[in-house]
Parts: sequence; C-alpha cells; structure tokens
Amino acid sequence: MPLRFVVPLLLFVSLVVVLGVGLQRDPRLVPSPLIGTPAPQFSLGTLASPELAKTREDLIGHAMLLNVWASWCAACRDEHSLLLELARSGSVPVIGLNYHDELEAGRRWLRERGDPYRYTLFDPQGKLGLDLGVYGVPETFLIDADGVVRYKHVGPLTHDVLAEQLLPMLAVLAQAPK
Amino acid sequence: MIPELGHFALTLALAIGLLAASVPLVGAQRGNVLWMSLARPAARAQLVFIALAFLALAHAFVTNDFSVAYVANNSNSAMPLAFRISALWGAHEGSLLLWVLLLSVWSCAVSFASRGLPLAFVARVLAVMAIISVGFLLFMLVTSNPFMRQLPPPADGADLNPLLQDFGLIIHPPMLYTGYVGFSVAFSFAIAGLIGGHLDSAWARWARPWTLLAWCFLTVGIALGSWWAYYELGWGGWWFWDPVENASFMPWLLGTALIHSLAATEKRDVFKSWTVLLAIGAFGLSLLGTFLVRSGVLTSVHAFASDPARGVFILAFLVLVIGGALLLYAWRGASMGVSASYATSSRETFLLANSVLLTVACATVLLGTLYPLVLDALNMGKLSVGPPYFNSVFVPIMTPLVVLLGVGQHARWKQDRFAGLCRCLSMPLLGTVLLLGAAVAAMSSARSPRAMFGLALAAWVITTTLIGVVRRCRQRPQPWRAFFALPAAYLGQHLAHLGFAVTIIGVTLVSLNTVDLHTRMAPGDGVEVGGYYFRFVAARPLTGPNYDGTTAQFEITHGDQPPLHLSAEKRNYRVRAMPMTEAGIDAGVTRDLYISLGEPLDGHAWSVRLSVKPFVRWLWLGALLMAAGGFTALLDPRFRRVAVRRAEHADDGRSVTP
Repeated sequence: MPLRFVVPLLLFVSLVVVLGVGLQRDPRLVPSPLIGTPAPQFSLGTLASPELAKTREDLIGHAMLLNVWASWCAACRDEHSLLLELARSGSVPVIGLNYHDELEAGRRWLRERGDPYRYTLFDPQGKLGLDLGVYGVPETFLIDADGVVRYKHVGPLTHDVLAEQLLPMLAVLAQAPK
Repeated sequence: MIPELGHFALTLALAIGLLAASVPLVGAQRGNVLWMSLARPAARAQLVFIALAFLALAHAFVTNDFSVAYVANNSNSAMPLAFRISALWGAHEGSLLLWVLLLSVWSCAVSFASRGLPLAFVARVLAVMAIISVGFLLFMLVTSNPFMRQLPPPADGADLNPLLQDFGLIIHPPMLYTGYVGFSVAFSFAIAGLIGGHLDSAWARWARPWTLLAWCFLTVGIALGSWWAYYELGWGGWWFWDPVENASFMPWLLGTALIHSLAATEKRDVFKSWTVLLAIGAFGLSLLGTFLVRSGVLTSVHAFASDPARGVFILAFLVLVIGGALLLYAWRGASMGVSASYATSSRETFLLANSVLLTVACATVLLGTLYPLVLDALNMGKLSVGPPYFNSVFVPIMTPLVVLLGVGQHARWKQDRFAGLCRCLSMPLLGTVLLLGAAVAAMSSARSPRAMFGLALAAWVITTTLIGVVRRCRQRPQPWRAFFALPAAYLGQHLAHLGFAVTIIGVTLVSLNTVDLHTRMAPGDGVEVGGYYFRFVAARPLTGPNYDGTTAQFEITHGDQPPLHLSAEKRNYRVRAMPMTEAGIDAGVTRDLYISLGEPLDGHAWSVRLSVKPFVRWLWLGALLMAAGGFTALLDPRFRRVAVRRAEHADDGRSVTP
C-alpha cells in the first residue's frame, strides 16, 4: 500500500477529529484569548457624537463593563432591562459598543428603550469587534482599571451571571492593591 | 392520515434502500446476475416511495395541516400558496426530504440511462447510492422526522422565516441540492470503479456526463443563492464567505477540478487516481457542508437548524461513507495501473495545474471555514475569519489559474513544443492588450491598477478562447461551415470559459467601483450618488397577505435620460414580527441602482442606503454562461454514442444487459 494513497485517509481522519471535538463544545463557553491581555487599541466615535474619537486610553482608570450590542440583535433586548437596572444601581460603569450597526438605528434603540451606557462606541465596520474577537452579539467584557480584559460573557447577561461571575470579580478587582 | 402514510412511505423507502444497498453489491462480487439485476428496479421503487412521502408533506402544507409540527413551525395560512409549497424545504426536516428525493431521482436516472454499462458496474453504482440514501433516511426517521404530529394542533402556523418567503427560495435550494447530490453519482462511479478494478478511459467517459450535469446545477444553484442574498438581505452584498456559502462553494471548486481531470482521464488515460480522489472529495465536501450547516458546529446566519445529536449522526455517517471510500482508495488505489506518459509542455500538464490550483483554492476555503473550529479544538481560543482572509488568499490562487487556462487551451495533448506554444500565444497576448486598452478608454472606472489587473485576466481568457475557436475553424477549407459543425462539447467548453471571464469582469468592477451612500432622507429630499440623482418622492403604507409595511418611492435622474421610478419596501411580517427589507433595484447591463430602506426616523424621514453597483449583473450572467456551456457540452452526441458502443461490447460476455 504505497503511502501516497494513504495520505488522503490520514487527512480525513484528522479532519474528523477536529469536527468531533468541535461538536463537543458549546461555542458560548469558549474563553476569549484576550483574557488577561490589554484591550486592543482603537479610535472610534460615539453614538452621541460620531466625530468625537474615543481611544483605548479612555477605558483606563476605572473597572467597567463593555457591552457589545446592535439594534438588529434580538437577544440584546433580553438583557437590556438588566443593563438599565445595573446602570441605575451605579455599581459599575457600563460602556456600550454598537457593533455592525447603523447610526440612526442605534440612536433610536437607545431613545426607545433607555440608555444604560455611559457612552456607546460606534463601530459600524466591526473593527474593534474583530479585535476583541466578538463571536456573536451580545457579548460583555469586564475590563479592569488598567485596561486589561478580565472576563468575557457570550450571550445575553442574566441575573445569575451578574451575581455569580461579574459582581464578585468586580469586588475582587476593587480590593486589589494598585 | 396522509402524514402517517408519508411516514410509512419513508420507512418503506428505507427498507428498499437496505435491500438495494446490500444484495446487488454481494451479487456483483459473486457474479450473480439475478442479485445484480435487483439494483435497477429497487432504485425506481425507492423513488416511488420517497416521492409519495414528499407529496404527503406537500399536501400537509397546501391544506394547512398544522397538526404536523413541521408545518406548524414553518407555515401559516395567510402565506401565498407558492410559498406554502416552498416552505417544505425552508427548514431542516423538509430540506433533508428534498435531499433524499433528489438522490433518489439521480439513482433512478442512472438506472435508466445505464443500458450500455456492464451490469456489475451498474449494480455497484446503484448500491453505493442506496447506501447513501439509507444513511439519510435513517437520519430523518431517527432525528428529524418531518411527519411528527403536534396535538392539539395550534390554531395557525408560526410562519416561515420571512427571509425565505421569496421567489429565490423556491428555486435556489432545489438547484443547489440537485448539484450537491449529483456528485454522489460521480462518487458512486469512483467507488464502483475502485471495487471492480477498472478505472480507465471508458470509466471516465461514463462518469463525465453525470458529473457535468451535477456541476451545471450546482453552478446555477450558487449563482441563484448569490443573487438572492443580493436582493433579499438588503445589504447589496453578493458573497459573504459565510460558512454555508463556503459549504456550497467547496464542492463546486473540486467539482470544477473533477470535470477537467475527467476530461484528461478520458482522452489520455492519465490522472486516474487523482480523478478518483477528486470524485470522492467533491461528494465528501457536499456531505461535510451538510454536517457544517446542520450540526451547529459553526454558527452562521444560514444555520436555521442545529442540534448536537444530529451533528453526531452526520459525523458518523461522514466517517462511514468518506472514511470507507478513502480506505478503499488506500487499499485499491495502487491497483489502478500506470497512467499514460506526457511531456511537461502538454495540455495534460495544464489540466493538472488547473486541478491542483482549484484544489488548493478549495483547501484555503476549507481552512478559513474550519479555522475557528480547529483553534477551538486545540483550546487556543476563538476567532472569526472573515472576507479579508478569503479575498487576500483567493485572488493570488485564481490569478495563475486564469493565466494557465488561457495557455492550456492552446496546448496540444501529450506533447507540445514550448517554442511553438509561445508563438501561438502572441496573438492572444496582443488581443488582450487591445481589449484592455478599449475597456480603459471606454470606462473611467477601469483605470485603477487593480481594475486593470482584473480586466486583463478576463481579456486574456476571452482572447485565448475566441482565437482558439477561430484557429480551429480556419484549419478547415470552409471556416464558417466548420464553425457550425463544431462538436457541442467543444463549444460548451469555450462558452463556459467565456462565462468565467464575464464573472471575473463582474467581480472586479463591482468590488472596486461600487458607490454607496448611507443617509437620512425625508420625502422631497434629493441626493447625488455616483452621477445619479436620487429623489425621495413619497412613503406610503403597504398591506401584503401576511405583512404590513411601507413602500418608499424614488425618482432617479441621470444626465438627460428620462427619470426612473423605483420603490423600496420595509415589511413587517405579522406572525414573526420580523422587519424585512425589500430592496428597490433597477437592473442594468453596466450598472444596478440599489435602494434599501433602513429604519424610520423622526418626522417622516427614513435612513436610506443608496448604491450604484457597476457590472454586478455580469457576476450571475457569467455563472449562467458557465452552466449553459456545461449543458451545451452535454448535448454532444458523443456521450450518447458511448452507450451504444458499450452495448455492442456487452456481447463479449463481460456484461449482461437485462
């Protein structure tokens, strides 16, 4: 059995292994490679004033949540009331990242449903989203006072995620020595 | 009652499939004519029962039988009849039923159009196809039964995804699936050839028309999908490198390699093992595509059904069918015999380069599609691979392919003198320069370096193709008569290559020169985009059978030409409460005008997207020409004569025709 006739079989077997492993995974549970690394550089306007450029430096100084959303995203509706609640409680500032969206659609969403964000970065081309490895909207990143990504949640936020993951981590971050 | 009959018919089709997958195969090994002869009637009987099941489900859709869960989830009594029927293949279960039906149609076609082939070969081909059908029928009956009842029935159905309520969806999936599934014939021919041990030019001649037919359908199917995405998704994009698009594109790339490799195998008895591998690969990728779409392994806008249990089943089936085929290839491949020899400078070399390049292109698409999954499997995190990757790797692979296509058309079989070939190409080269010069002179949009590069490639294909035809005719005493006497296969080949050039022109110009404007407009407002003046005339309410919405009317003026009227719609489908955009498109040969309505803003204003898309029609026109070339080639009487010649051969005792 000459080797060259076996090569396709071997390639196929490795493909099957990958597919088999891939099948075992829940795409929502995969941690972001960014965790523990500084948030990527960016220069983006905000929904309120698209011409005003915010950069990575604006994220530094305070632990915060970065919530990726879009007006076309149905699941974002589910977490919106929770975000509003969180904003009212004032426990953590929330920054929005409006991802692959239209300016007017994004503004209208906030007008109609309430605006929980300190400000919302406007990323119509998804540049920052790509750098952050955004997999599906909504996603929420926890970024510490040094601008380092600490945690990522894929899918709508829930009370459980907030109470069991994000808030404890925020508490730890608040106590950590500078 | 009728859904139960459909369910029963599917079960019977499975039983027949089990019989057809085993008895003729054993018969072919033992030389038992009676057992082998079972293959043909079994294939036909299976079609009868699968068609009955299909009709039963169609009946449930037409009569709004919402006690059938699948109907209740995907239809609604307010939906127009045409969409109620096409909703049958609008979701997972029904599209599988369509898959199995088409597979059965192909088997049945093979059973009728294989009179001249050796019985043992036909028995093996049909048995392999029956094995595939058994896998899919089991899959349906175990994990995805479309006839499941839901009692008590809901008062009305949940409606079909509005994106899919469209003419494009009526025809796109059947075309695409016909192509996908059609590669099962080439696959089965390859397996039968491997088992029987006769993979020669005769084998290639039998396999060619089937492969070509499947390729034509797949080409049309992909083009329709691209066109549908263009006018229905409302972004004006025509290709997104979405995993599901890639799933149909990969078999197309390998299928294209396969039809070229088969031609060389038939004419010159070369590349036998390569051809077999391509046949296995093309169908393997069709199955892989099904796996990717149905299993939820990759998330995608298209993945309308995903379920891990289904994924495991399809993966197991993939291992069985493709793993088995490759095992057979590893075991029997060496016995295929030596290929005929050919010189470096010969058409064989160019055809080999063609199929290698297409295979590499396919591999890069596969890599890009699976890369997120591979990283995930290796615990290296998650990332998304988007159009920038595909565009940047695809162009460098396609460029040499296009150049070699032109050279290869002028090279002779077996051996050609390199110097002679170079001389032969000086005319086309001159023609390319002239054609490009004319394009640049006529269109300012063709003057950027990247546009000139793309157009030069297209011009190269056009001139080499046309000059090839002219030269062939001029060798004859009466060139014009010779032109009309050209064999259909030859004409088809050249027509398809011209179609490829047309697609290159479309891709180049629409990618580089589209002008887009995203703006806010109120009735009465006007704005200029790419030399066209768009005026928003009025917005009016709209009521459809199962949706309400707004239609916005625009008037477009360009120079002194009379004004054009276009309307774009925003629809809100009542049941699913999903907003949908119906773009207003004015199609033209050199440009499309594209208007899509975004969100209503304060006052009477709307957010509006206005685009001028040059030469976008050429994309699909080129694809249709490619398919037309394929169909033309199929008309060649040569393919039918094969059967007759075979029938004469049959008398030498090697085969028995029932």
